[in-house]
Parts: sequence; structure tokens; C-alpha cells
Amino acid sequence: MISYIIRRTLMAIPLLLGITIISFAIIQLAPGDPTTLMMDPTLKPEDQEKFREKYGLNDSIPKQYMTWVGNMAQGDFGTSIIRRGVPVSEMIMNRLPNTILLMAVSTILAILIAVPLGIISSMRPYTKLDYTVTVTSFLGVATPGFWLGLMMIIFFGVKLGWFPTGGVSTLNAPFSIWDRIHHLIMPAFVLAAADMAALTRYTRSSMLEVLHQDYIRTAKSKGFKESKVVLKHGLRNGLIPIITIFGLMLPSFISGAAITESVFSWPGIGRLFIESAFTRDYPVIMGLTVLSSVFVVIGNLLADILYAVFDPRIEY
Amino acid sequence: MAQNNLDTNNELALNPNLQEKPDTLTKIFFRKFTKNKLAVFGAIVLLIIIILAAFAPWIAPFDHEKTNVINKLSSPGKEHWLGTDRFGRDVFSRLLFGGRISLLVAFGSVAGALIIGTTIGALAGYYGGMIDAILMRFVDIVISIPSLFLLITVVTIFEPGWDKLILIFALTSWTSTARLVRGEFLSLRTREFVLASRTIGTRASKIIFSHILPNAMGPIIVAATLLVGGVILSEAALSYLGLGVQPPTPSWGNMLQDAQGFTVIIKAPWYPAFPGLLILITVLCFNFVGDGLRDALDPKGD
Repeated sequence: MISYIIRRTLMAIPLLLGITIISFAIIQLAPGDPTTLMMDPTLKPEDQEKFREKYGLNDSIPKQYMTWVGNMAQGDFGTSIIRRGVPVSEMIMNRLPNTILLMAVSTILAILIAVPLGIISSMRPYTKLDYTVTVTSFLGVATPGFWLGLMMIIFFGVKLGWFPTGGVSTLNAPFSIWDRIHHLIMPAFVLAAADMAALTRYTRSSMLEVLHQDYIRTAKSKGFKESKVVLKHGLRNGLIPIITIFGLMLPSFISGAAITESVFSWPGIGRLFIESAFTRDYPVIMGLTVLSSVFVVIGNLLADILYAVFDPRIEY
Repeated sequence: MAQNNLDTNNELALNPNLQEKPDTLTKIFFRKFTKNKLAVFGAIVLLIIIILAAFAPWIAPFDHEKTNVINKLSSPGKEHWLGTDRFGRDVFSRLLFGGRISLLVAFGSVAGALIIGTTIGALAGYYGGMIDAILMRFVDIVISIPSLFLLITVVTIFEPGWDKLILIFALTSWTSTARLVRGEFLSLRTREFVLASRTIGTRASKIIFSHILPNAMGPIIVAATLLVGGVILSEAALSYLGLGVQPPTPSWGNMLQDAQGFTVIIKAPWYPAFPGLLILITVLCFNFVGDGLRDALDPKGD
């Protein structure tokens, strides 16, 4: 097991290098020179030369790449072009807690709703209840998240006035847990919606497969209660494949978080990314693209390791 | 198959009334597909949407670009079926023209993604070994970058029009197809008919394209159908953020960007509802059809 974890972790390294190479290559393809963006256009040619030298722009491209990756590995993502001199890492760290809060709450919400629905659906397959759950999850997958957010803002925010239409807390109000939760409910639900739908369908099909196994029939024929058979014998095995699904859904979940943050003016890294896209703040764009991919790689690594821990049938 | 023929022959000898022709593959496909009510429903709705979008210039009751300052944000009614937008333009007409762009971008991108994904998947699956390892690690890398981040990074650099947007979507959405095709090729390349063609010295390109690929078409068609829905959602999200299809060219996504302003939300809350509903219905129908195709093209289940 330990050797599997080490091997799996080592496999993530070339992946991370590949991600940085692709991101770097895309920026290199950009028309024009980063100096034109970063420099004061009134600079004298010899000062421009000094500037290029200072930022290593006269180095060969492989050397520039090595410097960039080396700096990132030490947590230095460069400085913002738009907000001159502010380190990108500082901008990210200011916003990151909000994003983590939103994603964590959404994930919990998605699991709490989707897993029970999937289980109930699998226990009574092809009944009215099962069809209702299936059609609802089809709808959830097809709904554009940002539009769902917009509709909720119009209905629950503006029309009914039940929830605030954006932000993490009421401006200039003293900190209160209830206020924070109040602001969190709509964005967390919107972000959770798409995953909830997909998760319900995976849970259902995974449980359906498990419930047809011999050991379930044995347990049933021994006279155990159905709920006990399903929850104790079925669920433990039925949920193992869901771990992998979580890993696979992670990239779209992170993309979804960026859009949700944008709809609800949620000051997280996703919104920072989209703001930076408009101002062409390349160091921030690059930093966040690499960071979000690192998230995905680590998430998948954890999913694979957890899978190995929970499924004793597989030997490594 | 041989066993089957034998049985039929025996039955024929016993019962001469059974001398019907066996169903053709197309017939079997239609029988299975029409059994799935949701898939048939989806196919019909999609057909209507595609026809409406394709013939937009002839169907649209108004010029979709004509502004009208005295009739801004009017409610749905007799003259303007779905009301007017912030500039007094007819929402229904704009939805038709927006559908043209949204569907064109989606179909174009999926076609591109299929070409890239199938080529890479076929090479990896057919040759295996080193080629497979390198190509699949490349797929792993591209999949690890959240697609919205990759899309937005590329879009901010190249600032593409809607035609180049197709290329960018194709370049960012081929990975699932590549994985799928590789899997199909890995299993098909060991089959007898492939071994036979290899033994008689058929060129690799011919084996890949004329022998293996047709046998892998089923799953590819299903994946492509589902991918169309995915690209429609991505395009809508990107255009909604203001980074995709740029106004005045309408797309379902950028109509929603136009409709999210506070005055619109207060004065005409129905306006943002329409483009979103249309996206929802279209994607839903593509998913229904994809599901139906999966069952209909699966040779095992009946």
C-alpha cells in the first residue's frame, strides 16, 4: 500500500510539469511582447533594455520557463500588471478562503442530497419515484449554472427578498455567522446543482449493481431488515466508485465555481480570474490556471489513494 | 451468428410461414430507438429547433438587429411574442439568430473535437506501447486543466470571433473522445478480422480507418451527441461572462449577459428566462437523444 501511494504520487510530477509547459506555451504564443504590457511606453530605449534584463526577458525561452516554474514552486507567482507591484500570491491568498468555503459547503450539500436520492432510487428502480429522481437529475445536468443563479437572484433575491443577491456578507455590518450563511445559501446551491444531478445518477447505478450481488441476497435471505442490508452491506461497497467520480468531476466543479462566483459577486479566486481576464492581467491568469490544475491533480491523487484504502479487493 | 442461422433454417423447414426476411440493421436501430419515448421526443424537439435556427432569416417576424427606442423591454404580447430587449429588439427573432450561432459553434466544435480526439485515440489504441503512453499522458495533462480556465486563457490572448471560437472549443474538448476511441481500438485490434487483415499485409492506415473505425462508430456517435450539449453549455457560459461570442452577433449566452443588468431584472424578469430555457431544452434533448442512441446502437441489449 505504502509503495502504491509513493508510486502514485511520483506519477503526479510529470503531470504537473506538463501543465506548466502547456500554460507557458500558450502565453508564449501571445502576440506581442510582455514588455509592451508591463512597461511605461515613454521609457527610453536603454531603460527598456534594463527592464528586459531585470525581468529576464533576454534569457532563452527554456531558461525563462525554468525561472518561472522555480519561482512558482517557492510560492512566487510574480506581480500583477494591473495592480502594479502587488504579488499575485497575495491576491490569491486574499481570495482563496472564500472559494474554499463555497466549494466545501457545495460539496457537502451535493453529497447530503444526492447520495440519499440515489440510494432510494436504486432501492425502488423503475417506480414513479425513481423516474422523478432520474428526470430531475437530467434537468440538473442540462441547466446552465449561471442561468440558474440568475433566475434564483431574480426570484428569491429581488422578487421575494429572501436572500441577498451577492457578496459574502452585508457591507459595513458587524460579523455574524447567520449573515454569512444567509449569503452562502444561493451560491452554494447553484454550484452544487450540476454535481448533485450527476452524483445522484452515479450513486443510483453503482448501488443498483451492488444490490444485485450474491452477498446482498444472502444477507436478505438471512432475514435482515432491508434498510440494514442496503445501508450496512450495500452502501459500503456502492460508494467506493463514487470516490473516483468525485475526482473526475473536480475540473468541471472548479470551472463551475468560477462562474458561480461571478454571478453572485463572490470574492473568490474564480471571480479574480474572470476579472483578470478582462484586464489582461496575464501573471494572475497564469498563476490561477496553474493553481486550479494543481488542485485537480492533487484531488485525483487523493481520490486514487482513498479508493485503494477503501477497496480491499484491489491489490497493489 | 452461425448458430442463429442454423436455428432459423430448422424453423423454416418446420414452418414454411416464417419465410420473412431478417430485419436490416437500420430497421433494428429504428425499432430500438423509437422504443425510448424520451429520445424520440428529444429528436423531434431538436429537429424543430434546428429548422427554426437554420431558416431564421425567413421565419423571424422582425429584423433581429433593428432597435426601437420607444419600445424597450416590452412584455411578451401579440406583436412581440417574447417581448423586446434593452434596445427594443424583438427577443424571439434574436433567439432564432442566436440559436444559429450557438448551434453552429457547437456542431463545428464537436466536429473538430471528433477529428482530433479520434485521430489521437486511434493512434494510441492501435499502436499501443510508447506511442500510447505518450499520447495518453498528454490527454491526462489537458484534462487536468479546468476547461473554463483553459478556454478563458486562450480567449484572452487571441480575442477570437465566433468562427475562431469553434477552433478553440475543438482544441479544448477532444480529450474524452480520445480516451473513448483508444479504449475501443485497444479491444478491437486483437479481434480476428484485424489480425486477418494484418496477416495479408493491409496498410495500417487502411486497417485503422476502414476496418476498426467503423466498428467503433457507435460509442463515438453517442459521445459526440452528449458533447454537443456540453459545448452549448460552455459557449453559453463563456458568452455570458462576455468572453465568448461578442455582440452585436447574438448567441444564447450573450443574450443572457445582456439580460442580467439590474434594470432588466426589475423591469423585465421574463427576458433572461427565455434564452436560458432554450439552452436548457436544447441540452436536455441532446442528452435524451444521446441516451437513446446508446441503447439503439448497442448490439447486445434489445
